[in-house]
Amino acid sequence: MIQEWLDERLSVSALSEMARKKEVPVHRYSIWYYFGGMTLFLFVVQVVTGILLLLYYRPSAENAFESVQFIVTEVQFGWLIRSIHSWSANLMIATLFIHLFSVFFLRAYRRPREMTWVSGVVLLFIVICFGFSGYLLPWNKLAYFATKVGTEIAGVVPIVGHTVLRFLRGGDDVTGATLTRFFGFHVAVLPATATVFLAVHVLLVQLHGMSVPPSLKDQNVSKMKFIPNFLLRDLIGWILAIGVLAALAALFPWELGEKADPFAPAPAGIKPEWYFLFMFQTLKYLPAKILGMDGEVLGIMTFNIVALLLFIVPFVDSGPENRKRRLIFNIIGVLALLYIAVMTIIGYVT
Amino acid sequence: MDREAHNTGFLAPVLVAALMVLALFTVASAQKKSSCIECHVKLNDPRLSNPAKLFDNDVHRGRGLSCNDCHGGDPNADTSEAAKDPGKGYLGKPRTVDIPAYCGKCHSDANLMKKFNPSLRVDQESEYYTSVHGRLLKTGEQRVATCISCHTVHGIRAVSDPLSSVYPLNVADTCAKCHGNADYMRAFKIPSDQVTKFKTSVHAKALYNKQDLSAPTCNDCHGNHGAAPPGIASVANVCGQCHARQADLFQTSPHKAAFDQKGLAECIACHSNHDIATPSDQMIGSQQGALCVNCHTNGDKGITAAAHMRTRIDELIASINKSSEILSVAERKGMEVSKPKFDLKGATDALTHARVLIHSSSTSEVDKVIAPGLEVAGKGYQAGLDALAELSFRRKGLAVSLVFILFLALLVYLKIRQIETRQRIAK
Amino acid sequence: MKNTLPDSTARTIGPPAVESRRRFLDYLLGTSAVATLGAIVYPIIRFMSPPKVIESTESSVVAAKLNEIPVNSGKIFKFGSKPGILVRTDSGELKAFSAVCTHLDCIVQYQPETKQIWCACHNGHYNLNGKNVAGPPPRPLEEFKVNTRGDEIVVSKA
Repeated sequence: MIQEWLDERLSVSALSEMARKKEVPVHRYSIWYYFGGMTLFLFVVQVVTGILLLLYYRPSAENAFESVQFIVTEVQFGWLIRSIHSWSANLMIATLFIHLFSVFFLRAYRRPREMTWVSGVVLLFIVICFGFSGYLLPWNKLAYFATKVGTEIAGVVPIVGHTVLRFLRGGDDVTGATLTRFFGFHVAVLPATATVFLAVHVLLVQLHGMSVPPSLKDQNVSKMKFIPNFLLRDLIGWILAIGVLAALAALFPWELGEKADPFAPAPAGIKPEWYFLFMFQTLKYLPAKILGMDGEVLGIMTFNIVALLLFIVPFVDSGPENRKRRLIFNIIGVLALLYIAVMTIIGYVT
Repeated sequence: MDREAHNTGFLAPVLVAALMVLALFTVASAQKKSSCIECHVKLNDPRLSNPAKLFDNDVHRGRGLSCNDCHGGDPNADTSEAAKDPGKGYLGKPRTVDIPAYCGKCHSDANLMKKFNPSLRVDQESEYYTSVHGRLLKTGEQRVATCISCHTVHGIRAVSDPLSSVYPLNVADTCAKCHGNADYMRAFKIPSDQVTKFKTSVHAKALYNKQDLSAPTCNDCHGNHGAAPPGIASVANVCGQCHARQADLFQTSPHKAAFDQKGLAECIACHSNHDIATPSDQMIGSQQGALCVNCHTNGDKGITAAAHMRTRIDELIASINKSSEILSVAERKGMEVSKPKFDLKGATDALTHARVLIHSSSTSEVDKVIAPGLEVAGKGYQAGLDALAELSFRRKGLAVSLVFILFLALLVYLKIRQIETRQRIAK
Repeated sequence: MKNTLPDSTARTIGPPAVESRRRFLDYLLGTSAVATLGAIVYPIIRFMSPPKVIESTESSVVAAKLNEIPVNSGKIFKFGSKPGILVRTDSGELKAFSAVCTHLDCIVQYQPETKQIWCACHNGHYNLNGKNVAGPPPRPLEEFKVNTRGDEIVVSKA
């Protein structure tokens, strides 16, 4: 009866028909299908905990650190919300990487899903910006210097670098202006952009359905219903994720650190968060000059080019199933994965 | 380029040359002529050329003065005889006993000094004759410090110049030039280890390591122009310039009269004079190694008071350490305890206060600050206990909620199994 | 034939034992889902209710009540994480400064005899404008703004 009432006004029956009909292929790689939903779930956790933190956080250099301290010491369950927000950010980026690589290796970007891939890459960059901007907000020493180094690197890009640096920092140096600006990005600009691209991304997935890897395309894969079968399995994953987040928050609470002091020298061993570490480590290894050009600039431009290449993957690998091309792409993917993993480990250990 | 040079080229170099000559002229006329320097700088004997070379950095040169303003003579004359003509007031090199008057010619003349630096004192010469150096100089002893021994001569820098021999960071080394020389001091029967000792002191650490220019060096306790050791009964006054609290407490304590009677040098008796180390709690009490034992007999009123004060101080230290320890444990386990840690500093303040108050030799004074200090330390300990309790509560809460979460996940799993079994059957 | 599963909403009634198990599972599932949801919503509600201490940062603090500080006296108060000193001068004016001595961080006090702010550690003196006038302190004390609100004295960062 409620359904009739809703249907007359919002035409929900078309949607619910689509939802009821949706099916998910079942095969040995099906496990990777869960990671997109998991990333989305963790994003929702971020939005909820983020909005809660917004009730007490103050985005100015004089107050930011104290407000986080306040949340963690005085607000009821503040410690829980804050630690979940920080841990879930990291978990989300991890699942996002897994989702990205699994889609890559399973060639889910092939026609007609190119736009899904492109919107996904945009989301990847949005999420990385979320991570970078959010990291500064507690205004502690580590965050201050990580931001300083990070924006410094952005400024190294030729021609536009300085403008970009000033745009990010809200000036020439990292100051309270940077903090307020990052806050604006983190709670308004990025969520709005993310919502748009998420909507596009998720709708496209519904439109095209789940992709089946090329190696299995000719086989007759069995299917399971999305509702309730796949969704309930999704749910188990999400419930366990809640458990993991609660455990992390209680056993490994996120540190407050020391309040940032722009006049103090950088503490030794400044490192960015783990998801930037492989790039940071690469830059450390590059020699000062390569073929007469500045090593660091070359390194950063390379990363930028790789980022752009990421967008065009579906268009490069667009031809009919080609064993040789598949092999090349697999090798590229594995090398990229290994490179990131090894550089991250080195970054941690040194 | 060649073609242009032929047409207008010769004009340009001529103009440049003319400008250069004009410039040189202007520069040259800005410096007053000093034949003394012109000549002496070229001499081979360093004893004669150094003064001219050093004078470049001299503070007097900066004020427009030159050789003749101290030594007399005529700086415009170009021959040695004409320049060093006694008729033109040439005084030559002064004898050691005459040096204070030589400098005092200007530096004791208030009207003259006003023209250069109205805030400079003009009593250095008279003060000097009250010093040990001055008094000995009057008796004819030449081997004492005069103005130039400390201030150097010809390359004299202002006291505020870090390169000056009398800049606070350099004073001790300047005094050490004589006072650190055992052979030199033997004649006067003075020890020569003062500066070495001083450099191990807490004042030297503040001065040299922390660059705290307010920390005392030789002249802050001994005076500079009127340098003399303070009398035994007035040492507390000297130390009390900075350590006012301790000096006040000492003056009103029973020790003052006792020390004066015994001829003990007040602060120095316990703290030493040059190698003043950071005081430690070991110095007070009734146990072996404490300074009180040196004068007091076992069981007398003084040593009982000392023992009491020491016990109370140790009590507070133990309490602070206990609280600090538990807060560190809580912090390491991830609890936010920056506020309790800050509040605990109040207890450390009380401890510092108590350590100052022992100079009163009054157990009641010490007790008055120890009690609130213990209270603060106790609160810190309680905060640590609370933090650990909260941690334990969270972990228990986590365990309970994990049980529920896993249970729910299990139920969902069973539900899936159930649904799919029915789906298979229905098929 | 394609291996599709039938619509799972088709209610096939099985044997009573299976049915009661299904109902029990549904019951358990329902209650534990509600309980978990409650366990999630409860901290959120508590989080959103105002805590005991209302504001996080003390950019302004009530240092004392008007009747607590007589003429020619001083009082130490807590300003955020640092100590401050509130002084009522001879003329009745209220002044507030950071109480951290600029020499070696001892806590200063008000000296009614000299009408100056004094540091007991090494005999440093500050005048009532916060300026370091005697002894080791190298810099003046930071001055704060003082306002009165009813019978409360409110000190805030300048």
